[in-house]
Amino acid sequence: MTHLESELQQLKNNLVEMWTLVKNQLSKAKEALVTEDKDLAREVISLEKRVNSFELSIDKDSENIFALFSPVAVDLRLVLAVIKINNNLERQGDCAKGIAKFVIDIDSSFDKNLLTITRIIEMFDENIVMLNELIEAFEKEDGIIARKTFKRDEFLDIINDESTSIVANYIRSNPDGAEQALQILSIIRKLERAGDHSKNIAEEIIFYAEAKILKHEVKEKKKK
Amino acid sequence: MHKIETKEINLHYGNFHALKGINLVAKENTVTALIGPSGCGKSTYLRLFNRMNDLIDNVEISGQVLVDGEDIYGRKVQVDDLRKKVGMVFQKPNPFPKSIYENVAYGLRVNGINDKKFIEERVVSSLEQAALWEEVKDKLNKSAFELSGGQQQRLCIARALAVQPSVLLMDEPASALDPLSTSKIEELIHTLKKDYTIIIVTHNMQQAGRVSDYTAFFYMGTLVEFNETKIIFTNPKNIQTQNYITGRFG
Repeated sequence: MTHLESELQQLKNNLVEMWTLVKNQLSKAKEALVTEDKDLAREVISLEKRVNSFELSIDKDSENIFALFSPVAVDLRLVLAVIKINNNLERQGDCAKGIAKFVIDIDSSFDKNLLTITRIIEMFDENIVMLNELIEAFEKEDGIIARKTFKRDEFLDIINDESTSIVANYIRSNPDGAEQALQILSIIRKLERAGDHSKNIAEEIIFYAEAKILKHEVKEKKKK
Repeated sequence: MHKIETKEINLHYGNFHALKGINLVAKENTVTALIGPSGCGKSTYLRLFNRMNDLIDNVEISGQVLVDGEDIYGRKVQVDDLRKKVGMVFQKPNPFPKSIYENVAYGLRVNGINDKKFIEERVVSSLEQAALWEEVKDKLNKSAFELSGGQQQRLCIARALAVQPSVLLMDEPASALDPLSTSKIEELIHTLKKDYTIIIVTHNMQQAGRVSDYTAFFYMGTLVEFNETKIIFTNPKNIQTQNYITGRFG
């Protein structure tokens, strides 16, 4: 392995470690919500410091690789992709942290039926599957696996779109539960945003693996 | 104690003040790159460490050059002994008109070693360290001139390693080579630093970035800036360094 290859491998390893951390944040945020475990929610918030620290060190390492090795072709695309994936992962970490804050604030006797009717747990699960697939796609440099994210993101968008009327109906029927319903709606919005970040990450993996730029393309074209 | 250290080095070629009060240290098992425009003093500085400047007329040196804490310009220092400890590789490959084997064995023989087995072992290990063994193991008795330029340069590195120095000086070791050979030399430098302390003069800024841990920027005989290479190439403290590495002058 050349000097540059070992530096790039180290950069990839650090990114995957950060990725796994963010995925754990999201899994724990889900569990904290379902089990009403406020300590677990606090743990999710405290993990944010580690995610931020990863973000800074990956940015610095990428800058050093640009400055010292002048990477080209696939190596250049890798470092460019890493910088953008890094940024998106940090934002996903923020989403998990935001969700954890709602879990801490939410009334412990909230109506669990809200979780079912809004399909919020499905959103959590879909986000976690997306993160797993994206790690695999990145490690295997596989654009086909990365493309699965686009369909999953559409699924999240559908649940998100439907949630407004579901929550509105719930509030009409349960005026006393308006506050908790709105908190659940806020979590749904964050999960939808987390999906958008995964979609951005998928585009970066495809750029890295295939040198194709998919940003701002129409949906049908993107799936190809 | 640093592996290499210079204290207030001033060097004059006649009336020309070539090095002006240079203070610099190099830690053991690191690569230090010396960069700067032509005539800035970087090669003159490099040649201090094996006393190559002694061969030039009208040279006056003041200050101290320490290798392993010893002043190599002290009266008791034998230059031949110093050059066993401090090997050098030059810009153009300069193999001797001998076989590949004899080129590497040469330094041992002139040091009075005749033990055939010992010499053979050292030749093999030096060629392996120089990442050349696999390419030459079947033609050790062929003339060194039959090798390509890149191979000749790695042979010169093997020749320098054979007498087991602890410091390697390299004066633009890849500037006469094609990109593939250059890449091999750079990888070699990166590998060798675990056993040697390396000082390299280079005109190639990217090469300094790729191979070195520390970089010293010289300008008109002055050491303008010395720092970790990643700092020099991402956030130099001196505007002259920044202008040089970004190609704005020099």
